[in-house]
Amino acid sequence: MKLTLKYFASLREALGSGGSVDWTPSGEPTAAALRAWLCSQSDAQAQALAPGRAVRVAVDQTLAAESTLLHDGAEVAFFPPVTGG
Amino acid sequence: MIRVRIQEAGFDVGAELAALQGERTDVGAVASFVGCVRGHTRDDDVSALTLEHYPGMTERAIEAMIVAAEARFDVLGALVIHRVGRLLPGERIVLVAVMSSHRRDAFQACEFLMDYLKTHAPFWKKETTPQGERWVDARVADDAALARWGLASSNAPAAGTLDDK
Repeated sequence: MKLTLKYFASLREALGSGGSVDWTPSGEPTAAALRAWLCSQSDAQAQALAPGRAVRVAVDQTLAAESTLLHDGAEVAFFPPVTGG
Repeated sequence: MIRVRIQEAGFDVGAELAALQGERTDVGAVASFVGCVRGHTRDDDVSALTLEHYPGMTERAIEAMIVAAEARFDVLGALVIHRVGRLLPGERIVLVAVMSSHRRDAFQACEFLMDYLKTHAPFWKKETTPQGERWVDARVADDAALARWGLASSNAPAAGTLDDK
């Protein structure tokens, strides 16, 4: 499935602001599965998105659980905990 | 009326509150909160704060928070302005203003919106200190503040994660 990836804050500094990816999930297309696949793509991604690191995810501009199922064309953003206000 | 504004420019609190109320005569209370840049933290002097956000999602998320506040409290109108970009100590970062018939709902809705925004609106702060630049850590206390309203929140890193500090 084609996805638009976005990264913010420290993840943007490590990985750039994102872009389009074509992902073929091997199982259920969850946000967690996408994160695991991204980790397998490069050392930088493996480090920035490592399991156990506090990474939040938004799907189509709404905060989402890692179990959220992704759909073709989704906008998926990964970012650290938010610190506004 | 647009209720959420993300902008680099500063804002005039008096002018914003006057515009929010307009000519309405049913408003009995206007509560507002203004967040400012502090020039020091526990450890360091802070010479600047740089705010990043997720354009589009930020506005949607805060608008949804206002809708949630309207469902809980007697809200006659609300306004949230949040600045992004580079800010200096003493500058205003955020304005949350709520109009209600009476003070209690105005105070509560204002605090609710601020607690919600702190943990769920996609903004990130970076501090400039004598030691260099560093991203601000999310605080567990902010999750606890939202939990007081009956809303679970797990924005800050849990103890034991790589980002736990």
